[in-house]
Amino acid sequence: MAAESVTGRETGTPLVKRGLAEMLKGGVIMDVVTPEHAKVAEDAGAVAVMALERVPADIRRDGGVARMSDPEMIAGIQEAVTIPVMAKARIGHFVEAQILEALDVDYIDESEVLTPADEAHHIDKWAFTVPFVCGATNLGEALRRISEGACMIRSKGEAGTGNIVEAVRHLRSIIGDIRRITQADSAELFDWAKQLQAPLPLVREVAETGWLPVPMFCAGGISTPADAGLVMQLGAEAVFVGSGIFKSSDPAPRAKAIVEAATNYRDPHILAKVSRGLGDPMPGLEIDGLETRLADRGW
Amino acid sequence: MKVGVLALQGAFGLHERVLNRLGVAAVQVRTPEELAEVDRLVIPGGESTAISKLLEANGLADPLTDRLADGLPVLGTCAGLILLAAEVVDGYPGQRCFGAVDAAVRRNGYGRQSESFSASIEVEGWESAFPGVFIRAPVVESVGAGVEVLAELDGVPVLCRQGSTIVSSFHPELADDDRIHRWFTEQE
Repeated sequence: MAAESVTGRETGTPLVKRGLAEMLKGGVIMDVVTPEHAKVAEDAGAVAVMALERVPADIRRDGGVARMSDPEMIAGIQEAVTIPVMAKARIGHFVEAQILEALDVDYIDESEVLTPADEAHHIDKWAFTVPFVCGATNLGEALRRISEGACMIRSKGEAGTGNIVEAVRHLRSIIGDIRRITQADSAELFDWAKQLQAPLPLVREVAETGWLPVPMFCAGGISTPADAGLVMQLGAEAVFVGSGIFKSSDPAPRAKAIVEAATNYRDPHILAKVSRGLGDPMPGLEIDGLETRLADRGW
Repeated sequence: MKVGVLALQGAFGLHERVLNRLGVAAVQVRTPEELAEVDRLVIPGGESTAISKLLEANGLADPLTDRLADGLPVLGTCAGLILLAAEVVDGYPGQRCFGAVDAAVRRNGYGRQSESFSASIEVEGWESAFPGVFIRAPVVESVGAGVEVLAELDGVPVLCRQGSTIVSSFHPELADDDRIHRWFTEQE
């Protein structure tokens, strides 16, 4: 909860929460399952790590209910690195979020990668000091999450597939609609709000500024430096890489290459250089063959 | 005058926006060629470990050292302060300190994100307080005799100047207040 301490320091304000997302821009946030992974990520230049028990590819393979990680495992990763540590809570599971806040994680991902705990409601994220990131497949979903207090949006993509096609679809949908809204007149904005099922004030803000009120990163299916370059050129402001690094044949050089690609995303010569000799990327999956579409979770 | 913003990672876009608001042409710096062309440089907030590794990867570390030695005016905020400090108390092994400011800093000295905060900063000679936003900010543990401390918070320096280098542990790029950027671009 936003609170003012005796020294006049205000914590947990919207600006302070969004501030950390601003500082992560242009960077790569990596999924890690052990302190050793976390060190590899930090050494490669990751701006943050996402601590979880299984990467999305393994969650997909194993099936069953995926939950918040063991606090001991999260604490071990917090010990191992100095960069921010994020962790995932199930959609709507506000008690998992309370526990993650008590563990002092730096960002909570209310994530469709875990099995949803509530079929109608997301977490009221305004009630927390710790900031939240949420996934979105389209602009309406992004604005609904922001209205609930999310301070960062990530396009969902399809986690654990190593297939970038869904990330591209979601980014194009969100950014395309932002462009269209900026062309709308004031009367049309009412209809946009209705179509998007999003609050009118947020729709107006997007129309005025030409962007979301919070940073938008990209997740789900990024497994090569070229993938990172693609989503950054499409308009993502940073990237989450889940299974793409630690399910590849040689994680450390690939992690470093994706970090350099996120910075130099407009320079094909640098992208060519960092893409050389990285070994095998994670094996990918066709979207049509999936049993479960994680991106469909969330409302 | 051409002001560069180091655009490897972090809040470089916000710095550009403030500079543009002041009518100053700002360019992004990612390569040695781009660095060679600027008259002033902003090093933004971000993750200092990531930015230092990217400085090496992009071949900027040595040219930046040379430009700083030649007196390139620099504004460093948060991670920028860490990079410009003479000493990082708990840096990672091999972390390069560019040493433009004779200060020792501790990374994340104010704590994790739950302790990130905003506070009013009283700057000497300014009529009103500056809105300081501290995000997992570094703590300035000590400064040398050549460093002018322009503002403190609870006895700890948060805004300092040495020669033409200005550093802050907070983020003026997050504030709706252009005074620090104006000061940086207008200084002799």
